[in-house]
Amino acid sequence: MTISVTINVNGQPETRDVEPRTLLVQFLREHLQLTGTHVGCDTSQCGACVVHVDGKSVKACTILAAQAQGAKVTTIEGLAQDGKLHPMQEAFREHHALQCGFCTPGMIMSAVDLAQRHPNPNEETVRHELEGNLCRCTGYHNIVKAVMAGAQAMRG
Amino acid sequence: MYAFNYHRPKSLADAAKLLGDASDGKFIAGGQTLLPTLKNRLASPSDLVDLTGIAELSGISVSGGIVSIGAITKHGAVATSADIRKAIPALANLAGLIGDPAVRNMGTMGGSVANNDPAADYPSAVLGLNATMHTTKRKIAADSFFTGLFETALEESEIITRIEFPVPKRAGYEKFRNPASRYAMVGVFVAETADGVRVAVTGAGPCVFRHKEMEAALSKSFSPDALKGIRTDPARMNNDIHGSGEYRAHLVGVVAKRAVQNALG
Ligand SMILES: Cc1cc2nc3c(=O)[nH]c(=O)nc-3n(C[C@H](O)[C@H](O)[C@H](O)COP(=O)(O)OP(=O)(O)OC[C@H]3O[C@@H](n4cnc5c(N)ncnc54)[C@H](O)[C@@H]3O)c2cc1C
Ligand code: FES
Ligand code: FES
Repeated sequence: MTISVTINVNGQPETRDVEPRTLLVQFLREHLQLTGTHVGCDTSQCGACVVHVDGKSVKACTILAAQAQGAKVTTIEGLAQDGKLHPMQEAFREHHALQCGFCTPGMIMSAVDLAQRHPNPNEETVRHELEGNLCRCTGYHNIVKAVMAGAQAMRG
Repeated sequence: MYAFNYHRPKSLADAAKLLGDASDGKFIAGGQTLLPTLKNRLASPSDLVDLTGIAELSGISVSGGIVSIGAITKHGAVATSADIRKAIPALANLAGLIGDPAVRNMGTMGGSVANNDPAADYPSAVLGLNATMHTTKRKIAADSFFTGLFETALEESEIITRIEFPVPKRAGYEKFRNPASRYAMVGVFVAETADGVRVAVTGAGPCVFRHKEMEAALSKSFSPDALKGIRTDPARMNNDIHGSGEYRAHLVGVVAKRAVQNALG
């Protein structure tokens, strides 16, 4: 059995017939070929799959596409505007906040959500807020620096 | 995940009917416990009935000394509700310690309480504050709700609609987290309520429980020092790779003192 699911992804309404057990991350990666959203663990732990659903960070491996029916979803591909990186993406580049880059899409989506709720976060807030995002490379230090700088840039 | 049918009803009556008509149906709220379970193929329901489209299960209200929270209220909404923070700050603080921001944006109070994970946070607040579960069939008091490991008094097709928390004189929560899972190794919720002092312990044993010796001691003097020398029986504690029964029994004492300190502000 399939069901029809419509989700607005990065400003574009997308309708697909999918099995009800289809996860949002599969909808994005396999049905829309938006492979910027990564799957690190598939067990809700690592945060590589974080996207925004109606403006809030969610682990796309732990929500059915059907649960996002009618929602607005933003993925890492939707952040840059007119060929210009989002201030948080720019901050990650500037502060060398990635090595292999696997965790980066989820980190940045969590960071943007964090900065929207805490426009001027201190280091403790950033570390607490990123507890659901694991990085195996950087040791987090530069990520924290980048998020604080990115939040400042988003304030303008 | 095995295949299933998915439904998103708009009313409680439709939800009950859909579950009744399914050969092996299950409710889903935030899915933050159920979906990982399904992915591990630990369950294979024929139908999922999503409760989050039912308007009467949402909403937070505070009046007449009661905080009433709709079952599909997200952890993140409880953590950031100014009304809850004003009435029962310990409850808002507890919600902010559940999992991580993405989990808090999906997980619901009703789902957590219905699931009764031995290491979940909300059961300790429900029991510590002497809350009442309102369901599609009846009202259930906290003292008779949590019946064992992942077991509650809920019947198969019974839905928690909202949970009512009487506002205490003061309350505090302290959690010692498992650093990997972020669930509670030990969490203690203490409250000075109209019916006396209540101490609820989660994470430590197979099911959330009240610590009667601590309640008696705190009734005489509501201070961390009152808990000095009170022992918790290691035989009643969980004993697993994360910690022995002795370790957890000791932690209960330490964490309880901090919870009292938090209640005192
Ligand atoms: C990475 C991660 C970390 C976590 N850390 C913590 C933590 O630190 N502390 C903690 O307490 N929890 C933690 N959780 C669990 C989280 O809080 C879940 O949200 C919660 O346990 C279940 O809520 P849900 O809405 O997601 O329920 P679901 O997963 O949708 O459902 C859980 C069960 O409850 C039933 N159910 C749901 N709603 C109702 C209702 N209204 N009436 C009757 N039955 C219902 C469902 O049928 C199902 O059996 C974590 C989860 C993850 C993925
Ligand atoms: S892939 Fe979703 S949390 Fe790891
Ligand atoms: S940069 Fe490699 S996992 Fe984070």
